[in-house]
Amino acid sequence: MKAVENGGTAIGIRCKDGVVLAVEKIITSKLLKPGANKKIATVDRHVGIVSAGLVPDGRHFVSRARDEASSWRGIYKGPIPISALANRLGSYVQAFTLYSSVRPFGVTAIVGGWDLEDELAVDGQVGSGPKMGSGGKVEGAKSGGPGLYMIEPSGLYWGYYGAATGKGRQAAKAELEKLDLSSGNLSIFDGVKEAARIIYIAHEDSKDKDFELEMSWISSLDGPTKGKHEEVPRELLKEAEDAARRELEGEEEEEGPREDVNESEQMEE
Amino acid sequence: MNHLPEIWGRPRNDIYGSYNPSYLKTSGPITHTSSPTVTGTSVVAVKFNGGVAIAADKLASYGSLARFTDVKRLRVFANSSVVGFGGDVSDMQYIDRLLESIDIREHYSTHGNMLNAKNLLTYLSKVFYKRRSQFNPLWNHVLVAGFDGNGAPFLSSADLLGNTFSAPHMATGFGAHLAVPILRRLFPEERPIEDITKDNAVAALQECMKVLFYRDARSLDEYSIAVITKDGVEVKEDEKVQAQSWAFAEAIRGYGAQTA
Repeated sequence: MKAVENGGTAIGIRCKDGVVLAVEKIITSKLLKPGANKKIATVDRHVGIVSAGLVPDGRHFVSRARDEASSWRGIYKGPIPISALANRLGSYVQAFTLYSSVRPFGVTAIVGGWDLEDELAVDGQVGSGPKMGSGGKVEGAKSGGPGLYMIEPSGLYWGYYGAATGKGRQAAKAELEKLDLSSGNLSIFDGVKEAARIIYIAHEDSKDKDFELEMSWISSLDGPTKGKHEEVPRELLKEAEDAARRELEGEEEEEGPREDVNESEQMEE
Repeated sequence: MNHLPEIWGRPRNDIYGSYNPSYLKTSGPITHTSSPTVTGTSVVAVKFNGGVAIAADKLASYGSLARFTDVKRLRVFANSSVVGFGGDVSDMQYIDRLLESIDIREHYSTHGNMLNAKNLLTYLSKVFYKRRSQFNPLWNHVLVAGFDGNGAPFLSSADLLGNTFSAPHMATGFGAHLAVPILRRLFPEERPIEDITKDNAVAALQECMKVLFYRDARSLDEYSIAVITKDGVEVKEDEKVQAQSWAFAEAIRGYGAQTA
């Protein structure tokens, strides 16, 4: 648990038309190539995972998530729903608390993704089937949407509107709560701006260290990433970072006492 | 107890003796494909200046029965290559899923999927060869169209034995007999590829699909056509053979009603 508390701050925001993931990457050495050593990983095409804590544990966690997603495809010939993935990963992490031969995971991971709202062709589908006759399909039924889950070393996982972990999580949670995410009004573009701002605010306590901001997003089918998990484009990232820096500099002049920090908003399963 | 899941819930070997795994068998003897079942016929493709055009009709036959008429036999890979499948349709689905999983894995790296058509052909031919060596072949003959590592148009074939063959224009199945002569007449060896435009190539494919529909009994007049250029892949799934004329059929003698 100690390891998780000291990792670089990672956050996830569930917006109305997608999910944004962001992480503060402390630069531990000037010999590391900027932009290399990514901390956000893609699982299948539609899920992103970011974790705080022990990096190798995080890598193993992602590797397991990829295996789960691929085995889901092997059975169901389609992408794994975010809820199912979070469930399987929760079970996996929990199993590591049960035995004397293994230690629990040293990471808290944020899993974000988008379940496609369109009816998908199953993998390898060759035709479209009969145009008439039986079927049992409900026309115009709504499905899909954003999913954001945070999985702790105990195996505990909840679905969140906004999730934060790592060193600056308290400050980040306080900021996330101000966003009123549960009303579902925040767009993914605003989400990117807010995520950058929150990582910059959460970094205030360890200001002496330099950091890189890494951000990724998954939008709806008609959004910028078409249901896929991708890095936020460089121009947009820079724009969001500049805005975050400007706001922080402006704030320093007025400087008020920081408000109390509560638990982050939790969403019913 | 330990963390190895295969041990969980089993009677302990040291108390009950080791478990006889033959009780777990649920299947009969292992069986292999020894002939294709639901099949697609020809795939035809032509290289042109700056790309490749490829076409395949939408029929899947069950023996001589025209079983499925909306089968998409051109499969796009990484939005830069197209694989056209002749032969068994279920094996095509298997390979399609295989390529899908590769595409997903490639995207895990920061560079994304950098595999080109040449890489794809190498991979596919090795999959075919491995399976034929296990006496369990994937019953397909595929054309792979796209670009090679130097950015030049690439067209090559791989068959169920793992053979590969390359030419500026090629066809699988019945098309190898009926379409290739037409393509050789239209694009003789001495005519450089730089001379062939995209429209030439597409027109040639349309002509080939017409002749194949006239003369191949396992074919359909609806077909898919894909054009691969540097800008990406453009697939049309709802093409139809135009300007059909069956007048020539009157002159055919030797079988059917007119035996004389």
